[in-house]
Amino acid sequence: MDKVRIIEVKQNVLANNDAEAAKLREELKKKGVFLLNLMSSPGSGKTTTLKRTVQMLSSRYKIGVMEADIDSDVDARAISETGAKTVQLHTGGMCHLDASMTKQGLDELSTDGLDIAILENVGNLVCPAEFDTGAVKNAMILSVPEGHDKPLKYPLMFSVCDVVLINKIDTLPYFDFDMEKCREYIAMRNPSAVIIPVCARTGEGFEQWINWLSGQTDTWKNTKE
Amino acid sequence: MHELGIVFNIVNSVEDVAKQNNVARVNSVTLQIGEVSTVVPDYLIDCWNWAVKKSDVLRGAQMIVENIPAVTICNDCGKTYPTVRYGKICPFCKSENTVLQSGNEISIKEIEVVDSAENE
Repeated sequence: MDKVRIIEVKQNVLANNDAEAAKLREELKKKGVFLLNLMSSPGSGKTTTLKRTVQMLSSRYKIGVMEADIDSDVDARAISETGAKTVQLHTGGMCHLDASMTKQGLDELSTDGLDIAILENVGNLVCPAEFDTGAVKNAMILSVPEGHDKPLKYPLMFSVCDVVLINKIDTLPYFDFDMEKCREYIAMRNPSAVIIPVCARTGEGFEQWINWLSGQTDTWKNTKE
Repeated sequence: MHELGIVFNIVNSVEDVAKQNNVARVNSVTLQIGEVSTVVPDYLIDCWNWAVKKSDVLRGAQMIVENIPAVTICNDCGKTYPTVRYGKICPFCKSENTVLQSGNEISIKEIEVVDSAENE
């Protein structure tokens, strides 16, 4: 007769992914590559922000970009115009990237000689927040037309982010977007998040964002352990 | 639809545990899912029933879900309250200085298995 027994597992479902992400971060540390995971809703301006970011940093750093989408390569084409090494990742219907998919993307991109790798995650404020990709830092973009109450609706996304870019500030006169309320709501979820208002179209506010990103990259590359 | 990604993670973890314990077959997997974990148990079960067809050790295994209620604790008055009903603001002292105490869990509690013959 079959012997049936119970095995206690008591393990977080994402423990395997977390372990893979930690391993990936360790490899990146050895190679001196700073991996940024960029998240946001669809249409918040991730690709435009990335294009300007690459243009402003390309004289100082070698940058590679991974574009993750469910389908198409329109974003990868747009980014490759900047001269950055670009690969398009297709998630095949999945709403997010996890650590093993990110690792595959980095292998495809080839991190040799890279200073910064940027992962443009799937446009979605829910699922990508659940999965550690192995990135050194998480950034998210909230655009003015989306409204200042997003931090209340998607608390996990805001609590995992190290920096929040508030994009499309050139449209502030046309929307009921309360910048102070937005800062307050983000701080409620994540008191240590850095908040930078920007406009990717005009470049307003980008100096502070570029300073943040290059500062983080230099710290990552120059500190041991 | 991140339920599918979560199911793949569960299948991988359970396959690892099964291998370590010389298990022939897994009958059921019991999960603990928090009320505000953003996982929809019905979707999870649909993804599960599809995914376990592809695993030798898990084929036909049942998923059992235990729900964990969401409870928030107020840092100012120290009382706890149900998160879903009252949200971020403490119903006792109206403070917003509150933290989720439980309800965010997505974990594997236990698995029911049948051992391999060579174990006996």
